[in-house]
Amino acid sequence: MVSGLINANPVVYEKKERRSRSTPTHVDEYAVELIDQLEIFDHIRDIKDPEHPYSLEELKVISEDAIEVDDKRSYVRVTFTPTVEHCSMATVIGLCLRVKLMRSLPPRYKVDIRVAPGTHATEAAVNKQLNDKERVAAALENPNLVDMVDECLAPSYG
Amino acid sequence: MNFADEIFELRELQRLEGHADRVWGLAWKPATGADGVPAVLASCSGDKTVRVWEQSPLTGSFQCKAVLEETHNRTVRSCAWSPSGKLLATASFDATTAIWEDIGGDFACISTLEGHENEVKSVSWNASGSLLATCGRDKSVWIWEVLPHNEFDCVSVLQGHTQDVKMVQWHPTMDILFSCSYDNTIKIWAEDGDNDDWHCVQTLNESNSGHTSTVWALSFNATGDKMVSCSDDLTIKIWGSDIMRMQSGDGNAPWKHLSTLSGYHDRTIFSVHWSRDGIIASGAADDAIRLFVESEDHLVDGPSYKLLLKKEKAHEMDVNAVQWSSMEVNRRLASASDDGTVKIWEFAASSAHKKLQL
Repeated sequence: MVSGLINANPVVYEKKERRSRSTPTHVDEYAVELIDQLEIFDHIRDIKDPEHPYSLEELKVISEDAIEVDDKRSYVRVTFTPTVEHCSMATVIGLCLRVKLMRSLPPRYKVDIRVAPGTHATEAAVNKQLNDKERVAAALENPNLVDMVDECLAPSYG
Repeated sequence: MNFADEIFELRELQRLEGHADRVWGLAWKPATGADGVPAVLASCSGDKTVRVWEQSPLTGSFQCKAVLEETHNRTVRSCAWSPSGKLLATASFDATTAIWEDIGGDFACISTLEGHENEVKSVSWNASGSLLATCGRDKSVWIWEVLPHNEFDCVSVLQGHTQDVKMVQWHPTMDILFSCSYDNTIKIWAEDGDNDDWHCVQTLNESNSGHTSTVWALSFNATGDKMVSCSDDLTIKIWGSDIMRMQSGDGNAPWKHLSTLSGYHDRTIFSVHWSRDGIIASGAADDAIRLFVESEDHLVDGPSYKLLLKKEKAHEMDVNAVQWSSMEVNRRLASASDDGTVKIWEFAASSAHKKLQL
């Protein structure tokens, strides 16, 4: 039987233990809490893969280490690793990551989403498309694509 | 204009609120903002509407005079006034271009141009108002002829770009069309004298010192012998051509790379606009606006350009459009942003600096 799936048998990894973010010994309620790697990871770890019932974390599409964040510069870069080199879902995954961060982070944030170098056959094309905000805006006016994105994002609003 | 001896500033005059989503494009209405005619500005947005703002002669502040809605059902990406100021063209992701007529302050959609397969991204009128160009995600550029009784006839569909076309812009004096694209190139289109056919006469790409990523916008200086373009490659490029040869009609006056401005913006540059008196404004995803002028110290191999002014945090989010008023007298710049606002700026000699001179 030919499977309709791009990657019929993905490797599923264990979820990382959830650590709570370090609690300071004395709490200064006026101090500005910086957005860090773990906070970004928490926003996106439970996003569901577009074609499997697993999360992007379980499929190791994303990991905490592949997130760069600089709160002072209001900058985040998420590098993700598609499960297979020819994954046609890469742009959908990237779109999910972008939409989730757009909805979760303060508007001052600049977000770059990239495929990990060497992990996708059309890496440059995928990166260019994911970082062209006009293409992203147009995609988000496509009801079918929005439904798909919303379905993937649903588990991430825990 | 000599910019060498003074310090300038970009003073925020007003912040226009009303759009419910990011603002993509701006267009000053021609021949407004001087000689007692109040300035009029149109802005278009991801909220599917176009707003028309007019300056009050009494208070000097801009107010929203009209909201053009319920015609486009997706993002309105670009808007352009006809040279007479009577018509406003709006290009939308809904695959149509609408033509609006200003009837005593009320705007009525008098025509809808259909033909693009999907998102229309830019619209531009030629200098005489007899031709209209549109472009879009379907990689094509369309030229429309403006006929009597609000009829628009497609005279040519130009294929040549290999990716979506971000912007079309007519030359300020000649019927030569320029388009820039996600395929990293700028293409120049002209009409064959013999058979009314339009074709690509030049492509500016990496091999002739062109851009290495999406070219988002381009603009011309007042005389039309220079062009500026901006890109996702974080550079601004200046191009030049022999205007005499262009006007002589022997057709082939090629455009040549003159200068590259790099190291200024550190995110995608979405918009660039050349003022009538020679100031290049740029707006980018780094939330900043920058102004450049031709520098006094010419290099051997062509003109050089210097940063005149940098306005960090011009908006709270990406700057999508910058547009100088066509009136030289008031030196007014408008900017549009992802933050949903339009800002009106005045470019002037810095008052702090003036005081020092006293």
